Amino acid sequence: MSTERQPFINLTSRIVPLVIDNVDTDQIIPARFLKRTDKNGLGSCLFADWKDDANFILNQPEATGARILLAGENFGCGSSREHAPWALSAWGFQAIVALSFADIFRNNALKNGILPVEIQPAAHTALVAARAASSALTITIDLSSQTVLLPGGMTTSFPMDPFARHCLLNGIDELAYLLGFEAQIGAHEAKSPPLGWTPDGQPNSEPFSRSAHFKRA
Amino acid sequence: MARTLFDKVWDDHVVAHEPGNPAVLYIDLHLIHEVTSPQAFEGLRARQLPVRRPDRTLATMDHAIPTQLGKLKVVDEEAATQLQRLADNCQSFGIELHAMRSENNGIVHVIGPELGRTQPGMTIVCGDSHTSTHGAFGALAFGIGTTEVEHVLATQCVLQTRPSTFEVRFDGTLGMGVTAKDLILSFIAEVGTAAGTGHVFEFTGSAIRGLDMEGRMTICNMAIEAGARAGMVAPDDTTFEYLARTPSAPQGPAWEAVVARWRALHSDSDASFDRSMNLDASKVEPMITFGTNPGMGVAVSAPIPSPDQVVDAGERAALEKALRYMQFEPGRPLLGKPIDVVFIGSCTNSRISDLRAAASVLRGRRVANQVRVLVVPGSQRVKRQAEAEGLDRVFREAGAEWREPGCSMCIAMNGDNLEPGQLAVSTSNRNFEGRQGRGGRTLLASPLTAAACAVEGRVVDVRTMLSEGVAA
Repeated sequence: MSTERQPFINLTSRIVPLVIDNVDTDQIIPARFLKRTDKNGLGSCLFADWKDDANFILNQPEATGARILLAGENFGCGSSREHAPWALSAWGFQAIVALSFADIFRNNALKNGILPVEIQPAAHTALVAARAASSALTITIDLSSQTVLLPGGMTTSFPMDPFARHCLLNGIDELAYLLGFEAQIGAHEAKSPPLGWTPDGQPNSEPFSRSAHFKRA
Repeated sequence: MARTLFDKVWDDHVVAHEPGNPAVLYIDLHLIHEVTSPQAFEGLRARQLPVRRPDRTLATMDHAIPTQLGKLKVVDEEAATQLQRLADNCQSFGIELHAMRSENNGIVHVIGPELGRTQPGMTIVCGDSHTSTHGAFGALAFGIGTTEVEHVLATQCVLQTRPSTFEVRFDGTLGMGVTAKDLILSFIAEVGTAAGTGHVFEFTGSAIRGLDMEGRMTICNMAIEAGARAGMVAPDDTTFEYLARTPSAPQGPAWEAVVARWRALHSDSDASFDRSMNLDASKVEPMITFGTNPGMGVAVSAPIPSPDQVVDAGERAALEKALRYMQFEPGRPLLGKPIDVVFIGSCTNSRISDLRAAASVLRGRRVANQVRVLVVPGSQRVKRQAEAEGLDRVFREAGAEWREPGCSMCIAMNGDNLEPGQLAVSTSNRNFEGRQGRGGRTLLASPLTAAACAVEGRVVDVRTMLSEGVAA
């Protein structure tokens, strides 16, 4: 296995509270920013519409430099756009602490080195209250022991898929892992029944031409 | 051991499963579109990897293409570049592409089924959450991120943790004016947008059996809006009859053999689900959403719930925020609320039966003054069929815009969008803040309800118009 990614090391940071349930990926990054063809430069698109409000948390000075977002239930629901973790990561977030996550977002976050940290309601309530009391509040997330260290010595644990944890801690690339199954994939293809259709094998019967569909004004 | 439909499809596709790790799951069909694939192809190039199975990969242009008739100009330079990138990638890697305006082009979740590529027992993925649509055929179909698109291009596999199973049973007969869209909206309103997290739904019961394939697709399409990985319906004669009419269906003995195999794809009678729920379809009324997620829905004549009645603090805050955004007052129904736009389209409701339903209401009527009505077929095939039946004329004569296929105002990336503050009744799947255009407000409903609202220019109960003698 290759080790292309930076291993996830313990994270100690201030937190940005966005404690609203069902924050969907259309809010995290609106669809008008999905026309990019690379992953870079999406930090400024993060919560683009909510940032119109001067009081929005990411517009406050205390958000600068924070690496942890504190969310509510079902964070990242809706569209499968991986642009959501790309934008969160480009802004500087390395972990999201929440009551729960939507499935696709959780997967996408893990594949981009953002840790989805799901904590229990009591710990969540305590954390929200502590952050409300002090915007300078700092917490530490320890992936190897799967615990969050809160101020005052309190700790709370969080679940993590063991494979995802292993990959994050060791900077392992999942595609390299998958490519290791070449023999088994070939064997599966050999034994599977044929599809109930015949591909027509006619790619690009009518090629698209950018110049025909877009001209600079 | 007794197995569910999901178990059977899953078990057939596990290539390898190392203890403690997710399974390596083989993918039979990989659908791609312009928005979520360019970075995946970049990744392949960086590693100098080929596409393992271009013959199991199918591409279309849908999210950013213009839908105005006769118009070929793409909304902006970024979108044009993205479309060109898809064309180039398909050319380089030998992938079948249905380019903008080509004869089989359309929304990815419309063309897969209608071309007969979506079939029972398959595993299907796409970098698109509404991939759940294809589960209507008894396929295991789910949305993935772009990193996983790269994995599938390279290996034809994804890493997956086995989800749990959840039976959603709808028995009973649908009332007049009640459609598949109303069933799924009422289900999501009941359970919320996260009930399906970690689960695959299997939709069962007499009400589901009674739906045609297009209705089943509408149901499975919105499984993701209840948080599920996927939604499935066991294939039956309705499924086989639909597939027999598709262009790539096998013929003769090959057809008999494949149907025999598909008939085994159902949950065993003694199979158990991790969760299950029974619903009475006969009690479902035409539905409409009032808030900013698909779970915030009510029967069209019912009052909008009041935050005072919500116990959970997070839920109450979300409802208050939604009502502020929507500019609605709690405790009153939406009936009579003036609307600005009606959008009939999207991977949820842009198929021929959806257009027929909308046309049944609009035939011989006019859309209200000052209401903009867009009818956007799901594919070129749907468009041709609708035109052959004269539905385009019905829409035009009623004062609606008849357009080219695409995702259009469901995701508002192509220049079809709401203006700030506009209120739309939409047959699409998401009413998130700004989903149909910055500052726009969305009410989700069925094609019947949307068409009725178009005529009245305000929110109405379609049943009042059906009783005047329009067949649904």
